[in-house]
Amino acid sequence: MHEIFDDIERWRSADQKVAIARVVDIEGSGPRDPGAAMAVNSLGEVAGSVSGGCVEGAVVGEALELLEGRRKAGITSFGYSDDDAFAVGLTCGGTIHLFIEELDW
Amino acid sequence: MTSIYERFRDLLRSEVPVALATLIEGPDVGAKLLVEESGSTLGGLGSEQLDRVVRRDAIAMLDAGTSEVRHYGPKGEARQHDVSIFIECHARRPHMVIFGAVDFTRSLASQGKLLGFRVTVCDAREVFATRRRFPMADEVVVDWPDRLLKRIGSDLGPRDAVCVLTHDAKFDVPAIVGALPTRVGYLGAMGSRQTHEKRIKRLMEEGVTIEELERVRSPIGLDIGGRTPEETAVSIVAEIIAMRTGRNAPSLSEGQGSIH
Repeated sequence: MHEIFDDIERWRSADQKVAIARVVDIEGSGPRDPGAAMAVNSLGEVAGSVSGGCVEGAVVGEALELLEGRRKAGITSFGYSDDDAFAVGLTCGGTIHLFIEELDW
Repeated sequence: MTSIYERFRDLLRSEVPVALATLIEGPDVGAKLLVEESGSTLGGLGSEQLDRVVRRDAIAMLDAGTSEVRHYGPKGEARQHDVSIFIECHARRPHMVIFGAVDFTRSLASQGKLLGFRVTVCDAREVFATRRRFPMADEVVVDWPDRLLKRIGSDLGPRDAVCVLTHDAKFDVPAIVGALPTRVGYLGAMGSRQTHEKRIKRLMEEGVTIEELERVRSPIGLDIGGRTPEETAVSIVAEIIAMRTGRNAPSLSEGQGSIH
């Protein structure tokens, strides 16, 4: 989380809403360990990462829905299945569980 | 009043160990408890009993430096799954102490920094142990190994490393003898197999037992045929990683053949 504070500070001082997504659990192979975090502001700008670039796009979508009040804080998971090869997932075959919330604490 | 986020940010920026517990499944999703190493807390998870149990678990996890989801009953009961708490731990940086201010030390200090260690270089010889020669190190100490270890030995733990690169018995022996009583996770000593044999003799004369010697990775590093200071440094940090993860990688100390 350390590496994203500078961006978060900038956004907060500009009164922008900020969502934070953190890796809380990994099943199988995953690129980042629990604790890896990314932040998204209401303009869709991003700091940090939660995977090797596999799911970040989808996380931005979830974060914007949260900031617009269209979803609640909670766990979102991304995995990979053969019959769903074009869905968002990790190319390394693992499942990643993220906790997404607004930075209002 | 300082918010949990602000306190968390300030502690991380000043590299003070801290754990952030977030309720991710249960009655009050998003509730937070910030736990410092000293035990002081900020925030709450909705029940005093739950706070107490999570605080205890977070302090233990800070020592190991792991982050994970734990499950509890509504009041912190074990073996129940009513609430899930993600405990994110930011432990202090692991410490790498390198004895011997030689060429290999420069490479190892750089590799150590790359892996997130706080790096201390120590040598009793004032002309070698200078900041100019080791600008990448967090501290350069002119002192005898045993004296430095007397000062900092009790702070060393399972995530820390002591690397003895002097290959001069005058410095090696007090460094190893001084490191053995500590809780340091990795203890390695550089030198050819011949140096190693002589060093073992000297150490046993100092009263070091066979069991204690098994803790010393000597010759230091993995058996990857490294020769240059840079390659040797890679083989040493790779051995440190393999030891931490418990993986089976061939160490030079377990073989017999030539080290290059």
